Amino acid sequence: MIKLLKTKSTLPGFHIAFGYTIFYLGLIVLIPLSMLFAKTSTMGFGEFWSVVTHPRTLAALRLSFGASLIAGLINVVFGFLIAWVLARYRFPGKKIVDAFVDFPFALPTAVTGIALTALYSQNGWIGKHLYALGIESAYSPLGITLALIFIGLPFVVRTVEPVLQELDVELEDAAASLGANRWQTFTKVLFPNVVPALITGFTLAFARAIGEYGSVIFIAGNMPGKTEIAPLLIMTKLEQYDYSGAAAIAVVMLIVSFTLLSATNFLQWFFSKKIGMN
Amino acid sequence: MSIDVKQISKTFGTFKALDNIELKIATGELIALLGPSGSGKTTLLRIIAGLEKADHGEIYFHGKDVRTEETKDRNVGFVFQHYALFRHMTVFENIAFGLKVKPKAIRPSPEKIKAKVHELLKLVQLEWVADRYPSELSGGQRQRIALARALAIEPRVLLLDEPFGSLDAKVRKELRQWLRRFHDDLHITTLFVTHDQEEALEVADRVVVMNKGKIEQAGTPEEVYHNPASVFVLNFLGNVNLFHGRVEETKATKMYVRPHELTVSRNPISANSIKAKISFINPAGSVVKIDAQTSDGQLIQAEIAQEEYKSLKLKRNEEICLTPKNITYSEYDI
Amino acid sequence: MATRTENPWIRRTLIGIALLYLGLFIFLPLVVVFYTGLSKGLAVYFQSFSDPAALSAIRLTVLTALIAVPLNLVFGIAASWAIAKFDFWGKNLLTTLIDLPLSVSPVISGLIFILLFGAQGAFGPWLMDHGIKVIFAPPAIILATIFVTFPMVARELIPVMKAQGNEEEEAALTLGASGFQTFWRITLPNIKWGLLYGVILCNARAMGEFGAVSVVSGHIRGQTNTLPLHIEILYNEYNFTAAFAAASLLALLALVTLFLKSIVEYRYRAELKAAVRTENV
Repeated sequence: MIKLLKTKSTLPGFHIAFGYTIFYLGLIVLIPLSMLFAKTSTMGFGEFWSVVTHPRTLAALRLSFGASLIAGLINVVFGFLIAWVLARYRFPGKKIVDAFVDFPFALPTAVTGIALTALYSQNGWIGKHLYALGIESAYSPLGITLALIFIGLPFVVRTVEPVLQELDVELEDAAASLGANRWQTFTKVLFPNVVPALITGFTLAFARAIGEYGSVIFIAGNMPGKTEIAPLLIMTKLEQYDYSGAAAIAVVMLIVSFTLLSATNFLQWFFSKKIGMN
Repeated sequence: MSIDVKQISKTFGTFKALDNIELKIATGELIALLGPSGSGKTTLLRIIAGLEKADHGEIYFHGKDVRTEETKDRNVGFVFQHYALFRHMTVFENIAFGLKVKPKAIRPSPEKIKAKVHELLKLVQLEWVADRYPSELSGGQRQRIALARALAIEPRVLLLDEPFGSLDAKVRKELRQWLRRFHDDLHITTLFVTHDQEEALEVADRVVVMNKGKIEQAGTPEEVYHNPASVFVLNFLGNVNLFHGRVEETKATKMYVRPHELTVSRNPISANSIKAKISFINPAGSVVKIDAQTSDGQLIQAEIAQEEYKSLKLKRNEEICLTPKNITYSEYDI
Repeated sequence: MATRTENPWIRRTLIGIALLYLGLFIFLPLVVVFYTGLSKGLAVYFQSFSDPAALSAIRLTVLTALIAVPLNLVFGIAASWAIAKFDFWGKNLLTTLIDLPLSVSPVISGLIFILLFGAQGAFGPWLMDHGIKVIFAPPAIILATIFVTFPMVARELIPVMKAQGNEEEEAALTLGASGFQTFWRITLPNIKWGLLYGVILCNARAMGEFGAVSVVSGHIRGQTNTLPLHIEILYNEYNFTAAFAAASLLALLALVTLFLKSIVEYRYRAELKAAVRTENV
């Protein structure tokens, strides 16, 4: 057994480090997470199915996945642009701007939530202009998307930026020497190299957005069937002591997001293989 | 201290790194483990140090089975290929490390440690770098500090993995001779791994030629060079020409001749002489290198002394005769 | 050089768009926090921190981080040692499992502890019989926080330890150092910036976690509220000034985190490249 476990190094401490890792992982992560499935399995399939296909559940899942998808796509566009600017150009204050991109990572979600609500509500600095145009930027699916854009941006920038920095400048020189103009160099040489990183960035932002709670609930409005996200529905079920209902929705969310993550992982692997990166 | 390696085998996954290795090393010997990459030489060195565990076989240090001894208890000085100097410590702290980690009861006093480190720095002729960090040293200096660090624990055996591998040609040559002299002074049993045959032949008392996890031959530099036990050894220790043909008294169909073992002349001097046309001459170097082509298109390489080259007045495209002075017969391909 | 860059106008436009976007989406929310918190003057701002409920929330937040971060630090060291220095079957699976909490919704992270320790949970009745309160009490808050921040030290340390390789540790062993001496004198100094980096990120998340903590807290004022939960209560009571004042404290924490992170990041990157650099000289 021990031989099977360890094959490489004669450094000491493997058994204690490995043992503690498994113990702590089991205690903090695996046992608690398995409770979800244990709880759901006590329900019986009929009950489970009626919970997860309830119109309110479906609406919440649709909203969560839909808003996350749109936010993710917007982040891909602007995240790429920001990563490009940070990786390629020099301008005053760049270091500060670069550090600031991580701000959504660092800011607690509750603070994000109330700050965005204050900005985009009817009396807010931005909201009052949008409402004047008839755009409801708070307590609406748009508000939810805005919050998800905020929290997802760093994921895209931080995965794309290093790839852009490490791209061999000789590639561009080579393309130019072969007669390509700047736009052709960009679309045919540079961009294809960045696609895997963009997919990773999108996946990370998307996965985070699906489960996001704190930054969304303040700006969401939380109207069942309209602006109620899936995590909030779990919260509501808990407050009604409907633990199995909460677990059932949680299981569906986990399964759907893991399926999507695996799919994008596959896509990323596929594109990397195609352009010969690892 | 003597080392006895008995039937050592080691497999990584499906790759057989060492296959039933037998090797006896006498006290005070300086041994070169020579072979191409993947021949298992570094693995053997690491198994002796206890950094790798063999699947089968035994290792004896001075008659004592050390299989159950951990690396830290084996008291071997190991110099790593990339030196593995501790980056966050000064040169002094690096060399003192092995003394400072000794159990309290046998740990030397700080004054003694200090004296010992300076003695070692003097030995490697680098007394002035004590307070520098490894990143502030040149490759050759790092090499010598790594050696000093290994010597600090007064090892029973010194193991060096490609000790000159990442140095430039000139420093390599200097350090080679330095290692030879150094060994002559201290007489610690020493094994070093190399893939450079010149290095092995020049420095070692005995050369162990390895290939594909097996020992092809172990012998003095003279033995392995002049009496290679296999075609692999012959080829690995220098350039060689291959001739096909049938030799009456043996079954061998192939003959191998080293470039310097060919006599170059204008006219045939024996029945073995082969006619060929000079296609290239490189006179820059201690010997003159000549490439010649036979009428059936085979390329033959020959090396002759500068004076001979001048007296023969050879030119490109001239016809010459090549006569082997020494032939190795074999029925195998290289 | 001309082949490697765009004409100045395109360049300026792109920089302009990037800065405008960051300003509008990222910077403005930060401004609005401090603006609203200070909108009724400094006296009101500071008064909101002298409220006993606010003080107790700050205390619980700090306590939670003080427990969660060291535990995850110890785990991070053990996990990265096992994963980076050794080969074993199922290593990729283990790495994936360690990262798992990052892809679980915070609400689900809280829910699982309710299912474990709540009144209807697996251990709920037993805990109740013995008079131990976990859910709606600090222990659950701390547990949920540990779960949420679980991989944050490990995932910074694993790449550093991998980059460092095993040679220096092996050298220490040949020099007679014990396993503990090797770790303490060789490994730890080589990974210290990566470790600090992980701790900074872990701490920021531990102090700021909202969703998971919200599920298990019970929102008892002065007892089971952390600072983010305290902000929510104030906000829902329309006490905006106090809510934003408390929020500004967390925003400040975020800024300090960013600042420390950028300082440490530089050295952390150096650690990641260190092994490569010494080999090439």
